[in-house]
Amino acid sequence: MDKTQNNKAWFLVLPVLVIVAFSAVIPLMTVVNYSVNDTFGENEFFWNGLGWFEDMIASDRMHSALGRQVLFSAIILAIEVPLGIFIALHMPKKGFWASFCLVLMALPLLIPFNVVGTIWQIFGRVDIGLLGHGLASLGVDYNYTNDALDAWITIIVMDVWHWTSLVALLCYAGLQSIPQAYYQAARIDQASRWSVFRFIELPKMSGVLLIAVLLRFMDSFMIYTEPFVVTGGGPGNSTTFLSIDLVKMAVGQFDLGPAAAFSIMYFLVILLVSWVFYTVMTTLDNAETK
Amino acid sequence: MAQITLKNLAHSYLPNPQAEADFALKEMDHVWQDGGAYALLGSSGCGKTTLLNIISGIVRPSHGRVLFGARDVTDEETAARNIAQVFQFPVVYDTMTVRENLAFPLRNRGMDAAYIAARVAHIAQMIGMEDRLNRKARGLTADAKQKISLGRGMVREDVNAILFDEPLTVIDPHMKWELRTQLKQLHRQLGHTMIYVTHDQTEALTFADKVVVMYDGRVVQIGTPEELFETPAHTFVGYFIGSPGMNLMEATITGNRAHLNGCEVSLGASYAPVAGRSQIGIRPEYCSLTSGAGLPVTLRRVEDVGRHRIIRADLFGQAFNMIAPEGMAIGADMTRVVFAPDKINVFADDWRVAAQAGGAV
Repeated sequence: MDKTQNNKAWFLVLPVLVIVAFSAVIPLMTVVNYSVNDTFGENEFFWNGLGWFEDMIASDRMHSALGRQVLFSAIILAIEVPLGIFIALHMPKKGFWASFCLVLMALPLLIPFNVVGTIWQIFGRVDIGLLGHGLASLGVDYNYTNDALDAWITIIVMDVWHWTSLVALLCYAGLQSIPQAYYQAARIDQASRWSVFRFIELPKMSGVLLIAVLLRFMDSFMIYTEPFVVTGGGPGNSTTFLSIDLVKMAVGQFDLGPAAAFSIMYFLVILLVSWVFYTVMTTLDNAETK
Repeated sequence: MAQITLKNLAHSYLPNPQAEADFALKEMDHVWQDGGAYALLGSSGCGKTTLLNIISGIVRPSHGRVLFGARDVTDEETAARNIAQVFQFPVVYDTMTVRENLAFPLRNRGMDAAYIAARVAHIAQMIGMEDRLNRKARGLTADAKQKISLGRGMVREDVNAILFDEPLTVIDPHMKWELRTQLKQLHRQLGHTMIYVTHDQTEALTFADKVVVMYDGRVVQIGTPEELFETPAHTFVGYFIGSPGMNLMEATITGNRAHLNGCEVSLGASYAPVAGRSQIGIRPEYCSLTSGAGLPVTLRRVEDVGRHRIIRADLFGQAFNMIAPEGMAIGADMTRVVFAPDKINVFADDWRVAAQAGGAV
């Protein structure tokens, strides 16, 4: 081989490196800066080392916000993933109604987050909202502004309405890619409907499901706009999720140091969980292949 | 196991077919013997997959009946017909092991565990996969997966027929040959009726006892490979089978003579006056180039394909192929071709005409 060694191709990575630096790394570094310093404004910083981190790890407020956040994501995943699969299985496969369903399903996904929040904020009001007033007329004691359980139910129903379509559409795409021969073979083997789902549809959907679960986990774990608009974190602190608490701390109380330490840990938790999740799923996948 | 009867079978994808052209499958009436190995051969779009799907029950024929033995199965579902099918692309249950895949049809039918274990062991040994029974099916090669699909069909003892829909499409060439041999062997051992759809004449001719040649929605001939070669019932069979296919020439037939472009060719037998468009057909294998008497040909090119040579030539302005043995020298003076008289077939409007009895010269 008379090829000359030339590593100049590495320079082609530079543009990406620059973009990523400006979009993510440099802003993150300012957060890192705040997290290890104390400041009273005027660009004066006092070194605090890992003090804020220690405070935050020990903080009860953090613990309860994290607890609510984990519970919220768990409920969201437990509802949206099975429901999305169920909807995908029952959507028409072709023709006018297939396109109709696709458009209908995609609509909630296209609505801006704060609009979704506003829609539900009004929808749920007892005085003028269709849902709230309707429930009140039926004699149900529903008021999301002063009942914690009602607030939770409202936010969860809203998120299910907003995001189940994403899971359903991804699963639908996965289902559409299964060749007819599989269904014919299953019929010849006299497989039950459950077996067809368990051994043909679910394995073929596993790839898109992995993406759906990851996206829904990350998004629900970072949820901010919708509950902020609907409940503002209340009643009390009952729907104060991590982002809402973070914003309160940073912009409300101007505790920039603790808030910075907090957000770095928040970021690391999401990164860690996503990484563990992805690694576990892909190694399981590979183990099956062996 | 059962003999398959296609009774006045026809199929149209249109709701109200009028003309013959509306039918994807023209009316046919055939009995396929129990335990036979049949190949459905034809070019794309000739209706062979439609016919296979009618037999397997995926498509319900618009006209006529399908009988397995004495039982009319026309209105029965695929599952009720007790057939097995191997598809073009390997269909296996990815998350199951090979063993679970093979056991699946039996388990669904509620057989007892000991019987299932014995059957699976037996079939695994037949398809040569005993050593991989505990592996997941997902990571296997295409040919192994095709073997599993086949095994899932054979594991049921009561299976009426095994259908193959171009099963070797995705298999590597060197594995094709092995799988075909194995299939043939399994057919001998088990005696299932096997129906094999393909557009590859080599696959059809090596696999089947009887080859069913289809053309334009019609079964044009059912015969042994030898019959298809020597006495093609239709000009399509003539040029589709063989490499290169049969030479066909317009000719006028009178008794035991054929006249083409003013030249006379003697036929191996005598024919009644032929109505319609008359042609004679001769296989390239039965033509020989000579410097003596014969029809005048212009040589274009000689292709050496190893065991023999293919001579591409012109005969009265029409492409004409001959096969010359390996060692034969082709001289510049060899501009004539002679046919083996008893190998000449006569066609009227594309269908073969039988010779008159006792008309041999």
